[in-house]
Amino acid sequence: MPVNIDLGEWAVTGNGDARPLAIEARALVKHFDDFTAVDGVDLAVPEGSIYGILGPNGAGKTTTLRMLVGIIDPDAGVRRVLGHERPHEIASRIGYLPEERGLYPAMKAYEAIAFLGALRGLPLAEGRRRGRALLEAHGLGYAADRQIRQLSKGMAQQVQLLGTLVHEPRLVILDEPFSGLDALNQGKLEGMIRGLADNGATVIFSTHVIAHAERMCDEVAIIAGGKVPFAGPVDVARDRIPPQVLLETRAGDGPWRAAIPADARTARKANGTHHWQFSLPATGVEPLLRALIEGDAGILSLSIERAGLHDAFVAIAGEAAAHALQDGGAGEADR
Amino acid sequence: MSTQSSRTAGRLSTLAAALVIARRDFTAILFSRSFLFFLLGPLFPVVVGALAGSVGNHAQSVAPRPVVGVAMEGPAGSRVIEARRQLAPNMGDDLPEFTLVRAAPPAGPEEAGKLLRERHDLAVLMSGTLAHPVLTGPPDHLDQWRGRLALILGHARELRPQALPEVQLDRIVTRNRVDLRHGQVMTAQAGQTLLFLLTMLLAGMVLSNLVEEKGNKIIETLAAAIPMDAVFLGKLFAMLAVSLVGIAVWFAAGMAIHLVAGSALPTLDPPAVGWPLFYVLGIVYFSLGYLVLGSLFLSIGSMAVTVRDVQTMSMPVTMLQLIVFFFASYAMTDTGSAIELLAVAIPFSSPFAMLARAAVSPLLWPHALAIAGQVLCVAVFVRLGAGLFRRRVMKSGPAGGQSRKRGFWRRLRAAS
Repeated sequence: MPVNIDLGEWAVTGNGDARPLAIEARALVKHFDDFTAVDGVDLAVPEGSIYGILGPNGAGKTTTLRMLVGIIDPDAGVRRVLGHERPHEIASRIGYLPEERGLYPAMKAYEAIAFLGALRGLPLAEGRRRGRALLEAHGLGYAADRQIRQLSKGMAQQVQLLGTLVHEPRLVILDEPFSGLDALNQGKLEGMIRGLADNGATVIFSTHVIAHAERMCDEVAIIAGGKVPFAGPVDVARDRIPPQVLLETRAGDGPWRAAIPADARTARKANGTHHWQFSLPATGVEPLLRALIEGDAGILSLSIERAGLHDAFVAIAGEAAAHALQDGGAGEADR
Repeated sequence: MSTQSSRTAGRLSTLAAALVIARRDFTAILFSRSFLFFLLGPLFPVVVGALAGSVGNHAQSVAPRPVVGVAMEGPAGSRVIEARRQLAPNMGDDLPEFTLVRAAPPAGPEEAGKLLRERHDLAVLMSGTLAHPVLTGPPDHLDQWRGRLALILGHARELRPQALPEVQLDRIVTRNRVDLRHGQVMTAQAGQTLLFLLTMLLAGMVLSNLVEEKGNKIIETLAAAIPMDAVFLGKLFAMLAVSLVGIAVWFAAGMAIHLVAGSALPTLDPPAVGWPLFYVLGIVYFSLGYLVLGSLFLSIGSMAVTVRDVQTMSMPVTMLQLIVFFFASYAMTDTGSAIELLAVAIPFSSPFAMLARAAVSPLLWPHALAIAGQVLCVAVFVRLGAGLFRRRVMKSGPAGGQSRKRGFWRRLRAAS
């Protein structure tokens, strides 16, 4: 979709980073009766980035996003969205796709897109024109005059997504955008999100599928139990866990064993070789290599692998949150 | 695509956003099949009423009329029947039919009873003489006809042609004050009833519209884009516009029926302020009454999670509205009394009370005052309703699901 985003001036609260922030949230708190849904969330989303909010169901993702778009106000804390503390004041620059998708069943597809644009200040006639063009561009031109109730769930979801983007927002907030989409449409959505970011828009989406966040995001916020134990670049999250050394040796013992950490996982394979896995020592790989060679360990293979986001999530949010994440994302991660 | 100039302000104003919602709701409802049923809705009671009336009239016309059997000595029986024939034109349908059973009276009550049992067409039996008539029959018939039969017997005793003078009838159109007042009260009652039915019907529609919206799950999309006040206002005024379209259609249909059926239809006396102004005031009071009630129903809808919640919460309000209607109807009977002034002052009953006033009193300044007061009340109710709507319509997190029932009662308490 061709997007021409207006990158006009707006007030920014910097965090020291050279990039201005599209979203800045500090110590956001939200209670529902006696339940604390969000408990002191801090976020800093750089402009033009793809930002993921990663967490299991019930972690507080939706509530956080709802506070960011202004559907609900925080009980405590400060939010600044595109430099404004009241997101509704800049509604025409924001696009929001809620987790619970919904359109008027009797509306025609292009009308639904135009209506969503009209809510954000786009004149209806222009919205209708763009609605038809967007549907055509995304291979849904044949469904433009069909009522929403006549579309499949996936098609209706795409129509709503197009409605979210029809007014060319600078900030796009998507709540669980991949859920309910088949593999083909998930791929298309990924492409669309990257296209938006390439054109200067900021995209923030929530997901409980690590693979999506790992593949697409510049930065992530890991959220669990209403708190954000980590927020920052994906690489930094991974770096929370030292790189893993995967070693295969012919010998099982010798003086070189002193160079291998005591907590290393070890296994002996059927072919008699020995496998080791341990965190890369702080001294680096060279002393290790030297000890292995001089000790005649018989190195068959040695690789240093950077930790994945999943491992980082486990380390940051804990095993329980990771299990909840896997349960919630079962069946969607591989799509 | 280029950046459009229409959104330089960054957001729609509340009124512009309300217009987007109102336009969507208005066209969606107007072009739906359910609107046709909505328009036809009032037709059903009219048709059922007409059918019931027609069937009732037919049943009455074919039902056997009560017959008085005459069993009197000699010519007395014939004289009684002749007297009945002479009096009938002046006494109309009030007189039962008479038939001569025999020219001799029964020996006593037993024989009279036996005669009645044998002749199933007879309701009562008249016997004895013209000077001492005896009426035998069931007590209710005796009590009902005693006076009229005595009148016939009195006339039979001095029976002569042209016994009754011809009364000259001078028909004039002017009605006395009592008749006029009575007629205007009837007009007031009709106006109040119509107003009540319309407000209840249409305020209920606002509620179902909102529940449907929650079911469509579009409410979050709306809430993210525009202020909730705008959603509230848009829905409220869209339904008002739909209502006015409905009323216009019904009014046109009513006028068409009036033109076709003409004098066959019952007519109401003209209200004190005259029909044109009465119609205008009716529309104004309907709009104000609807906006107050609609605000209340929308606020209820915002707190409800399920349709059952809506039913539970709206039932007391509906009952309250019914009581308010009866209160306003009662207050109408004594214009200027403390009760009537109270009905005028209470926002929920004020439109009903003031419409009734328009029917019975030609004074216009109380309407200006009442409309100003009601507009103020509408502003307050809409403001409060929109605030409640904004705070309650969007819920999130487990509190909305795990403890939904408890949350419902909390919201109810918070609302009160």
